[in-house]
Amino acid sequence: MSARRLYVLGGIALIAAGMVFGDIFAVFILHQNAGQQGAALIEASRAVADRDPAAATAIFGRLGGLLEDRGTKVDAHVHLLDAGYLALFLALVQPFIALSQPTKKAMARLFLMGGILLPLGIFLIHYMGLAYSPFAVIGWASVLADSAGALLIVVLLAQVWGFLKYLQKRERTEPELPADDSMPGRALLSGGTVLVLLGFLHGAYYAGALLYQHERMETTILERMIGVASEGNLTAATAEVASFGNLAGARAVNIAAHSHIIEFGLLAMLLSFLQPYVFLSEKWKWRWVKVLLGGSVILPVFVLLELPVGLLAGGIADLGGLMVIIGLIGMLVGILRYTGHLDAAAEGAR
Amino acid sequence: MTSSRKLLIFGGMALATLGMLYGLYYAVFVEHQTLDQMGGSLAQSFTAAASRNLGESRAALEQYGETKYDYVRQVDAHSHSIGLGMLMIVLGVIFERVSFGEGIRQFIAFSLLAGSVLFPLAIILQTYNHRALIFKALAVAGSGLVISGLAATAWGFARQRT
Repeated sequence: MSARRLYVLGGIALIAAGMVFGDIFAVFILHQNAGQQGAALIEASRAVADRDPAAATAIFGRLGGLLEDRGTKVDAHVHLLDAGYLALFLALVQPFIALSQPTKKAMARLFLMGGILLPLGIFLIHYMGLAYSPFAVIGWASVLADSAGALLIVVLLAQVWGFLKYLQKRERTEPELPADDSMPGRALLSGGTVLVLLGFLHGAYYAGALLYQHERMETTILERMIGVASEGNLTAATAEVASFGNLAGARAVNIAAHSHIIEFGLLAMLLSFLQPYVFLSEKWKWRWVKVLLGGSVILPVFVLLELPVGLLAGGIADLGGLMVIIGLIGMLVGILRYTGHLDAAAEGAR
Repeated sequence: MTSSRKLLIFGGMALATLGMLYGLYYAVFVEHQTLDQMGGSLAQSFTAAASRNLGESRAALEQYGETKYDYVRQVDAHSHSIGLGMLMIVLGVIFERVSFGEGIRQFIAFSLLAGSVLFPLAIILQTYNHRALIFKALAVAGSGLVISGLAATAWGFARQRT
């Protein structure tokens, strides 16, 4: 199997795994974790009202654990996806990497190993903690994640080196993927570009209109929460905890919508190049494209609607994520059915 | 390979590598300490309030706000430089399909790459001075360059089909 095909198969598998993990996280952990955080803040307010600093300290120890639980799962999801995207990018640029085929294959295997171990290490941080660690704040899971990250960097630096060598010789080491002018390919490319552009525009709006406002509101709400709790007004403190939760929700949905629409756009663009590898009939290719693009719009739109509409919108957003996963797996099946004639062409070119 | 494609592919790979190097440095030397400081400040603000030391509570809360401001931007700089780097690579691969002359394509590619470097750089610079408007303006300029470059690229794709 060529390095290019390793990157393609591994990349799509990493992305699909990252999306399945993200959907499981969103359905079974995210909202429950947010509820536990709110409950912990109410307890902390009660500790302030009762003049009990020891209880407040203990509650924040638990709250830190909740935040770490959520944060490491979000990071594992994001890093799985990003490693997958990067693998697909590397598949595209392989013709311009002037390294020998065995070196390219070794690099591809190392990259995929790093792409699996990095999110695995991040995921384990919460569960392993500092057990048996000789360091003050970094546990063995962090060491695994950081080492895997370093491995990815080494592979990427090797690719940059190979690209510089290509610029000197100007000889392609294998043919570029054939230009795909099919309807599914064009729909993925133009749809993906529009999604990325929409994501950028939404990000610019969020940064300009809401980001700084939200940052100011967070400390203001916490100050009010502590103030009313100090006066013994637990009802007002609970209301402030609810405001804090709403604010955290508003930030989370905006950031999630921004990042997901851009990632799905990039994914669609990448998949447009890989259509020659998808060994399916035009009818089935077109079906998976519609499912994938439909899910790519539904997820970010309904994530944004979670605040005004509530959990129903969250459920529809999860369904959108599932549609993207199904479309992606459909294409992965097509790639697995591919017989290798493009790789054979690459061998012939050498 | 045209200059615009070279600029985007090489620039994108370099930007993604820099973003990863920054992420590795941040994860090893800064992140755990920052998260500890953030959690510690928030806990301190409630503990001090429980002891009815409201001045110390407010100071700890301000420290929490400042630390979180930095943390959000440090993570954003890491993720945006890698994300924008990946976008540069993918656009580099298909840039010959942008139906403009090479001169205009070079201009668009330069705009995309300059914005992609400027935006995360400006975000990081904001952590050194929270009130400096110049860094916020640089971030706006960077995102503006990327958005206008991407809009021009999309237009270039559309022109080919008409």
